[in-house]
Amino acid sequence: MNSTILLIQLLNGVQFGVLLFLIAAGLTLVFGVMGFINLAHGVQYMIGAYLTFMYYSWTNHFLAALALGLVTALVLGLLLEELIFRHLYTRDHLDQVLATFGIILFVNELVKVIWGPGTLTLPTPEILSGSIQLTENLKYPVYRLALIAIGLFVALCLYVIVTKTRVGMLIRAGASDSETVNALGVNISRLFMIVFGFGAMLAGLAGALAAPIFTIEPGMGDNLLIVAFVVIIIGGIGSIRGAFIAALLVGVLDTLGRTIATDAMGLIFDASAANQIGPSIASMLIYLFMATILFFKPQGLFPAQGGAR
Amino acid sequence: MSLLELKGLEAGYGYSQILFGVDLKLERGEAATLMGRNGMGKTTTVRSIMGLLKPQAGEIRFDGHPITGLAAYKVGRAGVGLVPEGRRIFPTLTVEENLRAFARSRGNWTLRKVYDFFPRLEERKVNLGSQLSGGEQQMLAIGRALMTNPSLLILDEATEGLAPLIRKEIWEKLAALKAEGLAILLIDKDIAAMSKFVDHHTLLNKGEVVWSGTTEALTNDMEVVNSYMHL
Repeated sequence: MNSTILLIQLLNGVQFGVLLFLIAAGLTLVFGVMGFINLAHGVQYMIGAYLTFMYYSWTNHFLAALALGLVTALVLGLLLEELIFRHLYTRDHLDQVLATFGIILFVNELVKVIWGPGTLTLPTPEILSGSIQLTENLKYPVYRLALIAIGLFVALCLYVIVTKTRVGMLIRAGASDSETVNALGVNISRLFMIVFGFGAMLAGLAGALAAPIFTIEPGMGDNLLIVAFVVIIIGGIGSIRGAFIAALLVGVLDTLGRTIATDAMGLIFDASAANQIGPSIASMLIYLFMATILFFKPQGLFPAQGGAR
Repeated sequence: MSLLELKGLEAGYGYSQILFGVDLKLERGEAATLMGRNGMGKTTTVRSIMGLLKPQAGEIRFDGHPITGLAAYKVGRAGVGLVPEGRRIFPTLTVEENLRAFARSRGNWTLRKVYDFFPRLEERKVNLGSQLSGGEQQMLAIGRALMTNPSLLILDEATEGLAPLIRKEIWEKLAALKAEGLAILLIDKDIAAMSKFVDHHTLLNKGEVVWSGTTEALTNDMEVVNSYMHL
C-alpha cells in the first residue's frame, strides 16, 4: 500500500461516485416528488449502455452513438412513464415495488433476446483513449478523467436548474409537498413526467459512460440500483445536493474500503483471518455508513422536508 | 350567478362519510365564513372544493362552471387561491421563491405588490421558508395564493396559533383584500374579529349546515351559534 495506489483508488472512487450520482439524481427526484419507488431505474442505466453500443456499431462514432443513445433513453423513459409508471403513483409502495420489479425481469429478458446473454464491450473513444502522467509514477486513463469531468459538469447544470429556475423551484416545492403545489395551480403530473424522463436519461448517460470501462451485460444496473438507494437515503430523499455529496462519499468509501479493509484488518487479526474479514467488512461499509448517518440524521444529510436545502 | 356554489355536497375518506349534503353560496366580492367545532367537516369542505378530495355526491360550481372532482391544479388555475391549514410553506424554498414559483400573470398581483402589501416578506425574502415565524408563514401563505391572482381566496384556519398582534394584522389585511373586491372564504374561531368585515356565515355540525345567515343575523342568534361552537 503506497500513496500512488491510494491516489488511484481515490480517483476511481470519485469516478464511481459520479456514476452513482447520475443514477441517483433521477431516483431521488422521482422518489422525493411523487413518493414513487422505482426499482426499474437501474434498467435505464442498462438501456443507456446497450443503446450506445447499438448506435456505436451502426455509426462507429462514440459521441454520435452517445447522443443518439441519450435521446432514445429519454424517449423510452417518457414512454414507460406514460404507459406504466403513471398508473402506479397512487398505489401503495408494495404494488410499486412488485410492478417495477416485473419491469426489471421483463427488460432484462428482452435485452437477452435482442443482444444475447453474453457480455459486450464498447471500445474507449479514440480521442480519450490515452493516459496522462498525473505524478511521477502515476498514469491515469484520460477517459476516466473525462468521465469525472462530465459527471461534475452535469451536477453543476442540475444544480443551476434546481436552484435558479422556476422549474427547479417547483421540483423542490414538489419534493416537500406535492399536494400544495398542485392546489396552487401547477400540473404536478406533467412536471413529474419531465423529471422522470430526464432522470431516465441521466441514468442512461451513466450506463453509456460506464460501458467502455465495465462490461455491458443483462442486469448490469441491478446491483448499482441498491447502492443508488443507499445514496439517496444518505443524501436525503428529494435533494439533488444531498444526492451529489452522498454519491461521492459512498463512491470513495466503497472503493477505498475495498482497497484498505484487508490491510486494516491485518493490524488486528492474523493474515488469514484478515483475508476473510477484510472483503466482508468492505462490502458492508456503505451500509454501516448509512446506518450511522441515519442514527444522527434520520432524514438524511439534506432533507427536502426539513430545514437545509 | 354566484362565484362559488355548493349543492348537496357529500364527501368523506374511505368508508367514513364526513359531509352529508352541504349547501353554500358565495357571491363575487363577498367574504364568508365556515364555522363549527373541530371534526365537523370544515376542512373536508375546503378539500372538496379544491379538488384534493373527490366528492361522493353533490355539485360544486365556480364562476358558473362545474368543478366537481376536477384536478386540484385546474381548480387553482380557475381562480381559487388556497391558504391551507398549517400554512404548508415550502421549507426548502426562500420566501421569494415561495412567491415566484406560483406567479400567474392574469391580474394585478405581482411580486412587487405582494411585497408592498406585506413589507415583512420583503425583509425576509432571502430566508428559507423553514426559518419564518408563524405569522410570517401565514403572510407568505396568503402572498403565495395572491401570486396566482385568484378571484376567490380560501383560508383554512386563518389565524390559528398566532400571537394576538399578528392576528390583528392578518385580520386587517384580509379586510383590505375584501375592500379590493376579492371574495374570501374563511375558517377561523374568532367570530368577533371576522364579523367586522364578513358578510355571511355558515355553521357546520356533523357534516351538515345547521345555521347560516348574515353577520347581523348572527349577532341576534348568538345563543344558537354558541351552542354549536362550544360543548
